[in-house]
Amino acid sequence: MKRYSGFSLLKNALSYHENWQKVWRNPTPKKDYDVIIVGGGGHGLATAYYLAKVHGITNVAVVEKGYLGGGNTARNTTIIRSNYLWDEAAQLYELSLKLWEGLSQELNYNVMFSQRGVLNLGHNLQDMRDIERRVNANRLNGIDGEVVTPQRIKEIAPLINISPDSRYPILGASWQPRGGTARHDAVAWGYARGADALGVDMIQQTEVIGIRRKGGAVVGVETSNGFIGARKVACVAAGSSGVVAAMAGLRLPVESRPLQALVSEPIKPCLDTVVMSNAVHGYISQSDKGDLVIGAGVDSYNGYGQRGSLHVIEHTVQAICELFPAFSRVRMNRQWGGIVDTCPDACPIISKTSVQGLYFNCGWGTGGFKATPGSGYVFADTVANDRPHPLAKAFNLDRFNTGALIDEHGAAGVAH
Amino acid sequence: MLLIYCPHCLEHREEEEFSYGGEAHIARPLNPEALSDEQWADYLFFRKNPRGIHHEMWYHAIGCRRYFNATRNTVTYEILETYKVGTQPQITGADV
Repeated sequence: MKRYSGFSLLKNALSYHENWQKVWRNPTPKKDYDVIIVGGGGHGLATAYYLAKVHGITNVAVVEKGYLGGGNTARNTTIIRSNYLWDEAAQLYELSLKLWEGLSQELNYNVMFSQRGVLNLGHNLQDMRDIERRVNANRLNGIDGEVVTPQRIKEIAPLINISPDSRYPILGASWQPRGGTARHDAVAWGYARGADALGVDMIQQTEVIGIRRKGGAVVGVETSNGFIGARKVACVAAGSSGVVAAMAGLRLPVESRPLQALVSEPIKPCLDTVVMSNAVHGYISQSDKGDLVIGAGVDSYNGYGQRGSLHVIEHTVQAICELFPAFSRVRMNRQWGGIVDTCPDACPIISKTSVQGLYFNCGWGTGGFKATPGSGYVFADTVANDRPHPLAKAFNLDRFNTGALIDEHGAAGVAH
Repeated sequence: MLLIYCPHCLEHREEEEFSYGGEAHIARPLNPEALSDEQWADYLFFRKNPRGIHHEMWYHAIGCRRYFNATRNTVTYEILETYKVGTQPQITGADV
């Protein structure tokens, strides 16, 4: 891999930028691999990268039915934070945030990680009690956070309406300054480039249609382009996780639902932070391009159609206009849906399964993007060593049998 | 926006009048104390979540306030039928 640098930019300018190295190869699949990763989104690519980088397992293929980073990685609202309530979740998301902080250097790829801070608003007394509790829990876990007053919120985001006369007045917020946003596509591309350079094969336009097993152990995957052998199969298929699990005769406690987002026309810089509200339900930030990136809710029903109901974004836009009256005159440009795999406790599943050599990393629901580096890191460790990473232990599939659920419905941005 | 035919009200109404009740035809175990943890977890948390035909409960919250079942395609979102609780669907996965 040729490293990107100021010098390489100058050098390539001399040849009119026509001789840049391909970002990754487009290999024909080998007969078999040590590990096959099903799903070439951010989490799958991060898993591949850390398998190669940290564990030295480079005979790895990422099998993707579409193109790399074309699913939820391309559809989320790019918000990054780690202010989760419970120790298990907070530590996992904080590991992720720490990895984000060095990711552009690590990958030699600008993921445009911007620590612009995240506000989670409270609109009633119970919201504020929950926010106090969560911020205190965060601080005990070494995660930055503070409870801020409406006046301070106004300083951070001057366009916000803190009038006590509004229908759902803002009483305060939690503020995590280290939170922020990143360029979602760049994350997938950066991990793919890094993994490819270490020898991982990216196999696109190839759909996994079966998981072949022999004597209770995985021996490979059936794909739309034929069989590929593997000693271990790691599934990171987000909304399609349930479908992939069924190929191995497994059931997962996840339900797949459309989660929507929308962006406005580009406007001048006016919002240099992330504002989220669970109570009126909306979250908003402004991209470097100038679009307002607005996150909406999930549809109440299961679906795989990658589109959602209009009334969901209607409610979200109402909430955004309530928070930022000035945005009522901004026109919306595009709207889309991604299929999220929601878990009963709003926490992911990072787990071995009853099938030897088959692993699942799924159930990230409505908030997986922020966890991309940490998820890949602990999952790669879990797959490489055939035992849960210490931070992944609590996210075992078995927790639904034991009842040791980790209820993060409060800290998850979107109710489901 | 789905238009859902309520089998009690006998008319199509907009999705916003309804709320979703999850997978249909799940019977509560009659003797929960006799179940293993796995069986109880299966009843509580594990759902079919199919890509295709799905039998599911809906509640006509801003209407007759009664539950009914629907057969819906989870890819096209087409509602193939709605039927009352206690009856069986006419359309099953094998038919489509």
